[in-house]
Amino acid sequence: MTYAPQILDTLRGEAAEVIARYPSPRSALLPLLHLCQSVDGYVSPDAIAFCAETLGLTGAEVSAVATFYTQFKRQPNGRYTLGVCVTSLCAIMGGDSIFDRLSEYLAVGHDQTTADGLFTLERIECNAACDYAPVMMVNWEFFDNQSPASAVRLVDDLRAGRPVRPTRGPDTLATFQDVARVLAGFEDGRAGEGPAAGAPSRAGLELAAANGWSAPPIRVGQAATPDAVASSPAPPSAPAPSAKAPPAELGGAAAAEAGRTGSDTGQQEGKVAK
Amino acid sequence: MSALAPLLTKRWGDERSWTLESYRRAGGYEALAKALALTPGEVLATVKDSGLRGRGGAGFPTGVKWSFLPPPDGGPRYLVVNADESEPGTCKDIPLLMADPHSLIEGIAITAYAIGCHHAFVYLRGEVVHVYRRLLAAAREAAEAGLLGPSVMGSGYDLRLTVHAGAGAYICGEETALLDSLEGRRGQPRLKPPFPAVAGLYARPTVVNNVESIASVPWIVLGGADWWKSMGTEKSTGVAIYSLSGHVARPGQYEAPLGVTMRQLLELAGGVRAGHELKFWMPGGSSTPMFTPEQLDVPLDYDSVAGAGSMLGTRALQVFDETVCVTRAVTRWMEFYAHESCGKCTPCREGTFWLRAVLRRIEGGQGRAEDMQILDDIPKSIVGRAFCPLGDGAPSSLVSSLKFFREEYLRHIELGRCPFDRRASELFEEADR
Repeated sequence: MTYAPQILDTLRGEAAEVIARYPSPRSALLPLLHLCQSVDGYVSPDAIAFCAETLGLTGAEVSAVATFYTQFKRQPNGRYTLGVCVTSLCAIMGGDSIFDRLSEYLAVGHDQTTADGLFTLERIECNAACDYAPVMMVNWEFFDNQSPASAVRLVDDLRAGRPVRPTRGPDTLATFQDVARVLAGFEDGRAGEGPAAGAPSRAGLELAAANGWSAPPIRVGQAATPDAVASSPAPPSAPAPSAKAPPAELGGAAAAEAGRTGSDTGQQEGKVAK
Repeated sequence: MSALAPLLTKRWGDERSWTLESYRRAGGYEALAKALALTPGEVLATVKDSGLRGRGGAGFPTGVKWSFLPPPDGGPRYLVVNADESEPGTCKDIPLLMADPHSLIEGIAITAYAIGCHHAFVYLRGEVVHVYRRLLAAAREAAEAGLLGPSVMGSGYDLRLTVHAGAGAYICGEETALLDSLEGRRGQPRLKPPFPAVAGLYARPTVVNNVESIASVPWIVLGGADWWKSMGTEKSTGVAIYSLSGHVARPGQYEAPLGVTMRQLLELAGGVRAGHELKFWMPGGSSTPMFTPEQLDVPLDYDSVAGAGSMLGTRALQVFDETVCVTRAVTRWMEFYAHESCGKCTPCREGTFWLRAVLRRIEGGQGRAEDMQILDDIPKSIVGRAFCPLGDGAPSSLVSSLKFFREEYLRHIELGRCPFDRRASELFEEADR
């Protein structure tokens, strides 16, 4: 290992924290590989040796794991990973064209890094954001509803050092190495930034509020045991009568919520007691 | 019954909904308090009686799965939440965890209590770092508030929670591959039996459940089994999140009682994008056989979709209009499976590799007449012969597309090119190219 002594000390201390999360030390291997990526920018030979030594494994065992998972890089990664989703739905909605445009613009192909070390371009598989297609993940942060033009603008902004904001993520974009550290399970204090949900995530919720649709009310005192009394029949599909005031028997927090959402939307949200 | 019934999605519009303060203001952790006042057996019986079925794809009854654990032997037993949401088209768990991570943590605490577990895990896919931030913060907040840790809510019951990030592998959504990965190995499926209930994480009794299944548990405890059963159908009880994506006017998450039809959901989502018509759709992710407009009125519950020749899967409803080349879509899915095959078994590893090669050839205009026979034959060597269900599902889109759109493959071969203009399917304006 060629790690400087103080880096090695820090790594050993943090590795101990990671290992303590699990009943069995080997479970720490994936987070430790993320942690090493945060130091080296990829899974370096040092990283393999460090994980092997720390967990009592052979280098071959660690390499076998590191090569299995696509997020572990085998050569130095760019400061920004530009991942373009090219699984069917995103590809067809425009991901193919976005990838082609970026590949041409950056003059690199899949899993290649630009000569200045800034960008690694990747074809990524479905990232669970299909309702925001076509999607890009930059350093594993969501960039929703992209186009070839927006992707090129993003590259230009990052190159110029201008602030870049993920669609659903922190206020500014972190580097590949900083993100790798979070993936090792170390909080960076940015969980509170960004929105709760984008508009597509709330599409059904907002439509239900506008129409006064909700689940049947939970009756207070309803036992959770299987022999509970049957609940009231489901309301008809037409908007139910307004029930802005929550039943008095509800717990304080539930009542506060029911009243609050009811008054926010002017709809019948108060019917459900939670 | 209302067309939509937001429960799991209900708080996603709340101010800073991911915080403990916001969750508690909305009545959060009241279900946990209620559960802790019951015996573990009573909680388990409630969930079993509710008829809740797994929301991760297979649809196995959740409470029954819990009841498969052997009697306590004094050693540890584990709960592992599968948050490796990776099935193409599936996009419900990730927004849930971003907006409302405490609902999962409350569900975990209740479930762990019911099955006698004192150390639970969330296995989150690694490619969603902001979701991981929110989960880590929520777990820390819950522990600081005494909702996790020693003596949960002063009950004397102890629970530890470890939130773990994967590193990019679709196969880790298969429960035994997930367990291997969580043990620090390559994520490859295990031979079953033994099932995880008997020998799971560290060879100890383990329950593996999907995020949405566990996040449903607090509602069931709060409302009772009969209340839950008053929604949905007799064999597919309750509400579930339906995810619409692709060529629809308003893609997004629509939480509805099970049994809603695609015709109803499409209407709620504003229909197919303006000026176009539906060509085909996937009911439950890319591993489920495709449907056409003919199946628009099939109730989207577990049994009705199975009866119509597909699977409800993860309710990942991907919509494609008439501009879309089926051969291209299927080629892309096969590229996905070939890339994601873990390599453990020959049918999946070799089968998806060669299907990808032949499909690319056809889509690229170099197809040969005999390729159609290859497309018909190879799936027969995969389905029912793969080591795990993910391999078995890999050829589903291909086989179903050959049933509905065989002539499109033939046209590619005859013309020596793709007859579709891919730009016509794209969602951005000409100026944004």
